[in-house]
Amino acid sequence: MTGGWKMRLALTLAGWTIALAMFSPILWMFLTSFKTEIAAVRTPPAIFFRPTLENYAAVLQRADYVQFALNSVAVSLGSTLLAMALAIPAAYSMAFFPTRHTRDILLWMLSTKMLPAVGVLVPIYLLWRDFGLLDTRLGLILIDSLGVLPIVVWMLFSFFREVPPEILEASRMDGATQTDELIHILLPLSMPGIAATALLAIILCWNEAFWSLNLTTVNAATLTAFTASFASPEGLFWAKLSAASTLATVPILIFGWISQRQLVRGLSFGAVK
Amino acid sequence: MTGSRLAKRPRIRTAPLLGPCVLALFLWMVVPLAMTLWFSLERYNLLSMGKAAFAGLENYRYLLTGRTLWVAMGNTLLLVGLVLLVTLVFGTLFAVLLDRDFPGRNICRLFVVAPFFVMPTVSALIWKNMLMNPVFGVFAFLTRSLGLGVFDFFARAPLLSITAIVAWEWTPFAVLILLPALQSLDKDQRDAARLDGAGPIALFYHIELPHLLRPMAVVAMIEMIFFLSLFAEIYVTTGGGPGLASTNLAYLIFRDALFDWDVGSASAGGMLAIVLANVVALFLMRAVGRSLEDVR
Repeated sequence: MTGGWKMRLALTLAGWTIALAMFSPILWMFLTSFKTEIAAVRTPPAIFFRPTLENYAAVLQRADYVQFALNSVAVSLGSTLLAMALAIPAAYSMAFFPTRHTRDILLWMLSTKMLPAVGVLVPIYLLWRDFGLLDTRLGLILIDSLGVLPIVVWMLFSFFREVPPEILEASRMDGATQTDELIHILLPLSMPGIAATALLAIILCWNEAFWSLNLTTVNAATLTAFTASFASPEGLFWAKLSAASTLATVPILIFGWISQRQLVRGLSFGAVK
Repeated sequence: MTGSRLAKRPRIRTAPLLGPCVLALFLWMVVPLAMTLWFSLERYNLLSMGKAAFAGLENYRYLLTGRTLWVAMGNTLLLVGLVLLVTLVFGTLFAVLLDRDFPGRNICRLFVVAPFFVMPTVSALIWKNMLMNPVFGVFAFLTRSLGLGVFDFFARAPLLSITAIVAWEWTPFAVLILLPALQSLDKDQRDAARLDGAGPIALFYHIELPHLLRPMAVVAMIEMIFFLSLFAEIYVTTGGGPGLASTNLAYLIFRDALFDWDVGSASAGGMLAIVLANVVALFLMRAVGRSLEDVR
């Protein structure tokens, strides 16, 4: 290698510096979650301190926190399931039985994602109010699943296209119906792709903020809305905020790390493989 | 390639498979869009008595002749442009750096992409409370110990502070897309260039950067779509203030709709946001359409 050890040392230092710089806010949140409220606002900021679990205990004891967390779980799983149920047959059809219109339909689906959410805030709010969907889990599930649907269809489509049609062909010869073909052959074959798609959908729904802030108040509010409620300047509950935020962040961070490779494909709509 | 892969497939009825998905997206897109257009032509406030009345282009005239919309529009474009610039420059640098081989590279990669997976309200609050707070924040402590005094970020430079937060969240996205793109670069080509005596800078400029241009365009366009409706970060930090200093189009519409309950005005703003997004979308669609050329 050219450059030698000096080059390598410089690279290592630079690499670790940016990595720690980018990660330090998250690390700081993590550290703060183990401080007492007084230690959390102390200057100079304490790096060494006696860790406490009292914030986690306090957060978990709050009945509403548990409800917000359950709402987040219900909404992200519900939206993902609904989106997958709609998208799997559609992606199957477009990947294995393309027609003249397939390309147009795919691009049209993508174009729905271009619609800024804020452009339809007013009608959605009024419709949800009239149908009694405001501040309900169902209401949020409906809107979140529609939000991720184009990405889910695109990702599944690109995974399904990697399955050789001959395999499905063979099962057809053995007398399998179309539904058999989809459920017993295609789904097991493309399980990794389906799992990656579902993970991405869960991540996006879990972190979704616009609709949860605008369409929910108490009953169906998710963790995004809950953490936003700490924005009010009335109290400095940073340690508790950090504990609540850490709990809300860690599972999704792990999901993200696991699926980052496939995620790129979904987020770029296949433009980058 | 075209079609040959599926030449022998029997034709089937695709409507029952595609129908539900297409219908759901159609209802989601077309119905609310039509309603936004309709409301934008009405004098319609949820707080005032009486029914909505047709108002023609009055909402648009009111918006376009007032100062608020233009301030918000300017803030929107400034925010989008700045974050885009920062995320692309840093994203490219980080990707090139993380593509090189050094001890702990894989852990560094995980650390760098992590902020993208933190929910936007949490990111904004970490920055607002623990880093940028003028009394207790880490930044204030650092500047004070350096004898520089304290800078009240959200009061003095609200838009730039929000830019910093959003750039922190989205630089990982650029890295996520650009790093695999770099790794797909032909290794022989790089080795050949090195053998010809190309240093790291020449290597970057003549080989890596040209290879990254297309993925960079994709990053730019996808980010633009998201940044045009940037909302949560403003909502939890500045609330659009002080004054209008950090109000973007999305926040303005939210304020008109859910604070003033002015459906007509908010809808007109919504239509303008949609027009703006569509201009951007046109470019993205063209880029993505190319990746579909082998479908039929």
